[in-house]
Amino acid sequence: MFEGIPITWFLVVSTIMFFVGIFGFLVRKNLITMLMSTELILNSVGINFVAFNRILYPGQLEGMFFTIFIIAVAAAEASIAIAIILNIYRRMKNIDVEKINEMKY
Amino acid sequence: MFFFFSAIIIVCSILTVTSRKILRAATYLLFVLVSTAGLYFLLRYNFMAAIQLALYAGGIVVLIIFSILLTSHIGDRLPSPGWKKALYAGVVSAFGAVMTLVVILQTNFQATSTNIERTEVRTIGENLLNTGKYGYALPFEVISILLLAVMIGAIVLAKKQEDQSN
Repeated sequence: MFEGIPITWFLVVSTIMFFVGIFGFLVRKNLITMLMSTELILNSVGINFVAFNRILYPGQLEGMFFTIFIIAVAAAEASIAIAIILNIYRRMKNIDVEKINEMKY
Repeated sequence: MFFFFSAIIIVCSILTVTSRKILRAATYLLFVLVSTAGLYFLLRYNFMAAIQLALYAGGIVVLIIFSILLTSHIGDRLPSPGWKKALYAGVVSAFGAVMTLVVILQTNFQATSTNIERTEVRTIGENLLNTGKYGYALPFEVISILLLAVMIGAIVLAKKQEDQSN
């Protein structure tokens, strides 16, 4: 189990995941892959909160509640983003950020 | 076990942002999210892991795969980002990662070694609906309003547009 594993290693994993997400957000041009990078970023923050809560303050539940709220906000954000993406696709037949250059037609 | 999950998380998240086929990228994202749930199981937050599996791995990934199927052709390969853009993004994210890792490795965290018992779902529910100290009733209600707004917003956005002329 996790005894013997210091919190630093959890933080290292989540840091790598976070910056891989940042890299993907900067590099990708497709809207859906950018959304996937955002999910990576949010997920790594969740790991951070839970590891801090369990290893440093095991008597409390604050980090866990924050992770629950992060997951709820991520679900909301994903559904709205996908609705917007589908709307853009319906009008422009394209979801490439560099080819979407008008907001009203 | 921790190393197994961490290896899956790191490798699959790199594959998620570099894979040229979009449906494969979504599958790698699914692996990342399931391994994160594994980490939560290791930390003995069973309820968190269940939420992670049900909402992230079950809900969001399915939503993303649906939208991929609606908007792109399966055989298509994504265009390469171009080495200049990849280089700049790589330098920015590597710089941030190195800086954060240095700070993390230098910090001396004081782990508390109390006896860890399982978190009961009853405790979670009582805390979520409690208005007193350590109560989370207000954020809970705010999230409820947010979810309602998102539901209405998603319906309005994804609805077929009426003809504007009449």
